Amino acid sequence: MTVCASAASHASLSNNTMIGSPDVVAFTKEDEYGQTTQDPLGLPEEFSIPLYPLADSNPWAKTSYAKFTKDFILISEFSEQVGPQPLLTIPGDPKVCGTFDLNYFSLRIMSVDYQASFVGHPPGSGYPRLSFVEDSRVVLGDSKEGAFAYVHHFTLYDLEARGFVRPFCMAYVAADEKKIMLQFQELSLRFSQASECLKAGNRRAFAKELQRKLQDLEYTHSVLQREEGLQREAGPQCVYSAHAVEKANELANVEKSIYEHRDLLKQISAYHWRPRRDPHAVSCQKCMTECLRECEELLDKYAKLANPRGYSQRVPKGEGDEIQSDDNRGEEEVDEDDDEGNKRRPSYTPQLIKAKSAKCFDKRLKTLQELCEENFYEATVELLKETERSFRGDLCYLYTRRLDKALRRKQKMVNFLFEADLIDDVQDEAETLRPFCAVNHAIDNYMHLNPPHIVLGSEALELDGLKHQGPLGLACEAATTQELGLLGSHLESSPSDQTLETQGSSEGTKESFSSDKSGTDQTEKQESLASINTEGPDPDSDLTPEPDQNTYPERESSSEDMETTAGEDDCGTEQDQTPMSLLEVVSELEARKDDECEVGTHSELLVPMDTACCRAQEGFLYEAADPDAVPCLSPNSTLNPSKVLVVNQEPHALHPIQDEYRVGSPCSEGPPAGLELPVGVFGDAASRSSIEDGSDCTMSASTGSDRAASPLGYGGSVTLRQRKKAGQGALRFVRQYSFAMQALWCLLSGRTLVVLGADEGRVRRLVSALALFVPNPGKSGERVQPWLSCPFTLIDLHRWKLIGLQRVASPAGSSALYSLSRYSRYISILDADMKTLRCPQYRGQLLANVADHRTYIRRGSTYFLHLQSALCRLVAKAFLLTFTHHLHLPVSPTEGPEAVEARRRGFLQEQLGLDEEDGQILLYLSRLIAQRYLQPANSDYCAAIPCFSFNYVTSVLYKI
Amino acid sequence: MLRWILGGREAQNSVEKSPVLCIGEEQPKNCFTELQVLKGHFDIVRFLVQIDDFRFASAGDDGLVLVWNVESGERLQELRGHSQQITAISAFSCGDGFTSLLTASSDRSLSLWDPDTGNRVQTISDLQSSVKCLLVLERLSVWLSGGQELCVWDKDFQLLCHRQKHSDTGVAALVELPKNCVAAAVDKAIVIYRLTVSSDSSVLLDEVSRCSDHHDQIRALINVNDGMFASGSHSGELILWDSANFWNVAYEHILWEESHPSSQTEIRLAAPKPSEMSIQHLTSNGRLILAAVGSGLYVYDVVTKAVVAYRKAAHDSNVLHTMLLSDGELMSCSEDGSVRMWEVQDLPLAAEPASAGFFGMWTFGRSSKQPGPQSKKVLEIPNLRTLELTGDLIGHSGAVQMFLSFREKGLVTCSTDHLLILWKDGERQSRLRSQALFQKLEENGGL
Repeated sequence: MTVCASAASHASLSNNTMIGSPDVVAFTKEDEYGQTTQDPLGLPEEFSIPLYPLADSNPWAKTSYAKFTKDFILISEFSEQVGPQPLLTIPGDPKVCGTFDLNYFSLRIMSVDYQASFVGHPPGSGYPRLSFVEDSRVVLGDSKEGAFAYVHHFTLYDLEARGFVRPFCMAYVAADEKKIMLQFQELSLRFSQASECLKAGNRRAFAKELQRKLQDLEYTHSVLQREEGLQREAGPQCVYSAHAVEKANELANVEKSIYEHRDLLKQISAYHWRPRRDPHAVSCQKCMTECLRECEELLDKYAKLANPRGYSQRVPKGEGDEIQSDDNRGEEEVDEDDDEGNKRRPSYTPQLIKAKSAKCFDKRLKTLQELCEENFYEATVELLKETERSFRGDLCYLYTRRLDKALRRKQKMVNFLFEADLIDDVQDEAETLRPFCAVNHAIDNYMHLNPPHIVLGSEALELDGLKHQGPLGLACEAATTQELGLLGSHLESSPSDQTLETQGSSEGTKESFSSDKSGTDQTEKQESLASINTEGPDPDSDLTPEPDQNTYPERESSSEDMETTAGEDDCGTEQDQTPMSLLEVVSELEARKDDECEVGTHSELLVPMDTACCRAQEGFLYEAADPDAVPCLSPNSTLNPSKVLVVNQEPHALHPIQDEYRVGSPCSEGPPAGLELPVGVFGDAASRSSIEDGSDCTMSASTGSDRAASPLGYGGSVTLRQRKKAGQGALRFVRQYSFAMQALWCLLSGRTLVVLGADEGRVRRLVSALALFVPNPGKSGERVQPWLSCPFTLIDLHRWKLIGLQRVASPAGSSALYSLSRYSRYISILDADMKTLRCPQYRGQLLANVADHRTYIRRGSTYFLHLQSALCRLVAKAFLLTFTHHLHLPVSPTEGPEAVEARRRGFLQEQLGLDEEDGQILLYLSRLIAQRYLQPANSDYCAAIPCFSFNYVTSVLYKI
Repeated sequence: MLRWILGGREAQNSVEKSPVLCIGEEQPKNCFTELQVLKGHFDIVRFLVQIDDFRFASAGDDGLVLVWNVESGERLQELRGHSQQITAISAFSCGDGFTSLLTASSDRSLSLWDPDTGNRVQTISDLQSSVKCLLVLERLSVWLSGGQELCVWDKDFQLLCHRQKHSDTGVAALVELPKNCVAAAVDKAIVIYRLTVSSDSSVLLDEVSRCSDHHDQIRALINVNDGMFASGSHSGELILWDSANFWNVAYEHILWEESHPSSQTEIRLAAPKPSEMSIQHLTSNGRLILAAVGSGLYVYDVVTKAVVAYRKAAHDSNVLHTMLLSDGELMSCSEDGSVRMWEVQDLPLAAEPASAGFFGMWTFGRSSKQPGPQSKKVLEIPNLRTLELTGDLIGHSGAVQMFLSFREKGLVTCSTDHLLILWKDGERQSRLRSQALFQKLEENGGL
């Protein structure tokens, strides 16, 4: 931390030489030269837990007198017309800022004149120079307002702006100064990414603007030339009239202007070769090369003054057209384009340029959105949204979460057993390593396969260009997609045909969603329309399982809550209303996040609809299908009603960052393979109501649209809230069933537990309570089957470690009983109706602590943490057992397997103090770890569970 | 047909009437504590054949032949080509250490496969009839196919010689005998042929002898040792033959009821159906012959020409395949979906009646009657020993057609439920895993 801090301060200082504001906060740290001696007996550094960095201070958010309710991101610009002005806040909700004066704050943060580099004509060069300005980062505070901000200044190019630059800044505004100081590195990194993304888009837009300008100029040039020629013919040979002189001057001016702009183009294309002083300024290689290529193409095009004849041939036509209305012209253009098979390309008609430019205050300045290309802008906003999301919570929360992540990252080997998935962290890491780009390249890969086609004025040139590019149709498509700023994924659209029909594994559905989203351009639009019409019954069929998925358990949980309040302990409902401890607060916070995520998820679910065939034509289909979802849809879909074709959100599966913060979404996104079961008729109704709930951000925690009761243990990404619920369920089980310890032992020692019962709700509840104890439950709980109504086979035992089985009195049910008795040696049976458990005898003490039915723990979350720590200890022991060489292999060649076996038993019994049965838990966990370790990195599901092991022991019947 | 044990649940105990013993869950001698389910077939899997130390092939009614690795359970090759069920399969190694697979199918074709590449090396189609059995004579580098007709082929799939059809049933089984003779089971008779390879490498097939001592169709035919071979018929006749002069050495008619007290028959009121006495399968280790008779097992000593041990109700249903392991251990699989492991044990002293405790934890209404016949038998045949159940493997949901043992590497079973199960010794596997783990650890240079 010390190192980071000093580096950051160095960076900020080196970039900001001009700061004179008294409010600039000194970026130093008190204990910079603190203790360096290490405890020789301490854990190696990578396994020790660093203390809270500000040991003496209160880690929780102080009561602030800021006028805004929570942290937000502000983007401001220093407008040359009106001065500093706020552009947008993230989140956009005006409630967030409250009465906080954004105008005033913009003034403050923009008034740090951070880069006074000279723009315009530097002496010695004939042409105006673009200034290449590095971003600057600074922490500002306004003690009066109680606001502190990390401010990131950057500039964008605008041909019409003074000196071609327009200064902007992004600020992360928070009430807690310490939070910003301690997160400076992270903030700086993320805002740099956002800024790089904006700038990359801006350069492209700028190049395009230049190109347009050049076209104008050339057109003007050709017109002037022609006029001059006419005059020359008309007038006497050697006499220069004043008019002719003026024309000649004008021509010279235009020519000069052309040279200037060409030089600007050269400069912008040379951008990438500039050495960057900014350590954070890593821009995406892809964007760079792409932009570079475009610029070079343009440069080639304008290397010399365009052949005037190219225009002069066109001019008469153009002149004739001038009589016609613009509309007609447009139509004609479109027609021409149609001939080329290029429907949507907006063509640009060069315009005459007046010699005098408009006055500074008359012209309308471009908006930020116009300054950057659409998809870059969208990507940036998305990036910032996620930045905002990831920094929610107070410092302590952020710190513990980060610590937790860091520690878990160190235990990659064993995390799969009980910990939630670490996908996000992996991405975190990858993110810092490779140059990040918010724009989703996986999607527009296709465009790069066919070089992007820049539209130039001359139609002849364009045709040539098209001819050079492979198959005509593809090239045109590429051009189309590119110019509309679309993200069309052709690569992805192909699997959709297959996946629509697949049996609906979670991956399958996911894929089909993302691919539905991808169809964007005109032809594909029709294609996908057709495919939807012909292939599936209707697109909804793909979507329906998901709401069911996450809401069915919810129904259970609410009834469960009722049951508990009626029951003997009150751990269920009361705490939800009154957050008492930190954890509660945190979980509330999480819950809120969760809800918002849910909104996100829902809207995302619906995004596919607003693309391909959507809104314009088939919107009714979806609205009819899910009227409740429409409000969620709006932020994305109504943003640009005119640009129906713009995909506002990249397909989720390919968006690296998005996943990270969408905790818990995987379970709602695709039904996990193990959990696809037909649900009752009311499933639909329930799902609808949950969408309603989900979209309602203000709902109280206790009404619960959560997926908490879903039988996913740790697997996948589980929100804290879900954990709390799961903890409650597990606690209730432990308190209610005296043989809970035996049941837990079965699960932990790898013996499949079958929960048998007639009542689906009760069985599902038990399964979800027990799911916490299933080691290696799989990413989306594949090893848990909450409800099964047909007889199971050996393969099922292989696949599932926890099964909820329906008890039926019919013949079908007897065959289920058949399989139960047939495979009785492999399973333990928990009879939910009779409240009995049939399993091998367990006499160990290891689980007494976890499954004490007289426990004093009352809260689900407390129990969850208790459980987690117990399991963590177990896992640590299992890790030790797995990777201790002499416990598995002979130390000398004379030693037989018996000696090794004896040593292992000795280790388990004497050193770890475990009974025979407790040893089995460790051996099972150790086996899982070994299998996981040996298994090749990208193996399929079958290989993940290569074998099923068991032992032949007698079962006994436990009763309550 | 498949009567499964409904053990374990008290409610069903009273319903259970079968005298079949049940070992229960405590099986200390059963080392198969790990299993792997191999999926790949779409129909009944009937045949398993070992290729080498670590590979085997499975074939069945779907016409597919799959090659597997017994150590990893990995499917190595998929041999596709037959359009109908496989009727016979045999490994074919012709001296150079290279093993191919020979298959015959109902589509009246024969194929030779390379299990390494999965290629069909040779094939013959449009045979007059489908082939029921194959016999490879490695010494002569030829192989025989038996069906309606008996043909001799060389390794290049050239037909060397063939005999026209013998009877309606055709050749059901073939064994190799010394002096270039083969025995073919044709309906109720055993026909002995002699192969003579002439100087121009043409082969002649002469009928040498015809033994027709069986009164019913011959179901099983095996070589016992160099001097003897054995055959079993549908009606429970077990005949030992001399391999040299093809004389009947011993005749044993297995009639379960003979040795059973009348109390036992109250369950089966009618006379025993022939299928209950049918010899489904014979196996031998040179000294002992193990016969699968109906749902029972029968161990016969060829030296003393006496019954060593037997168990009439070894399974709930017909025994389909058996195997003699070392030290009087044997294994059987049955239509009831289980594989059972047995041990030939000396009977406890007569004073100490075999208790029900032998048969597991779960007591059955009838199991107390089990020792009855045995103790009675002791009086009849002094050196009769008993077959004790030491373990059973339950996994398949259909009849277990066949199994194949790879000794310590494991046991493969194939079944009507389209699955193969690889049973392994859990401790050995865990040792191997640890070895692999530390090896990988070393390769990776730490975690």
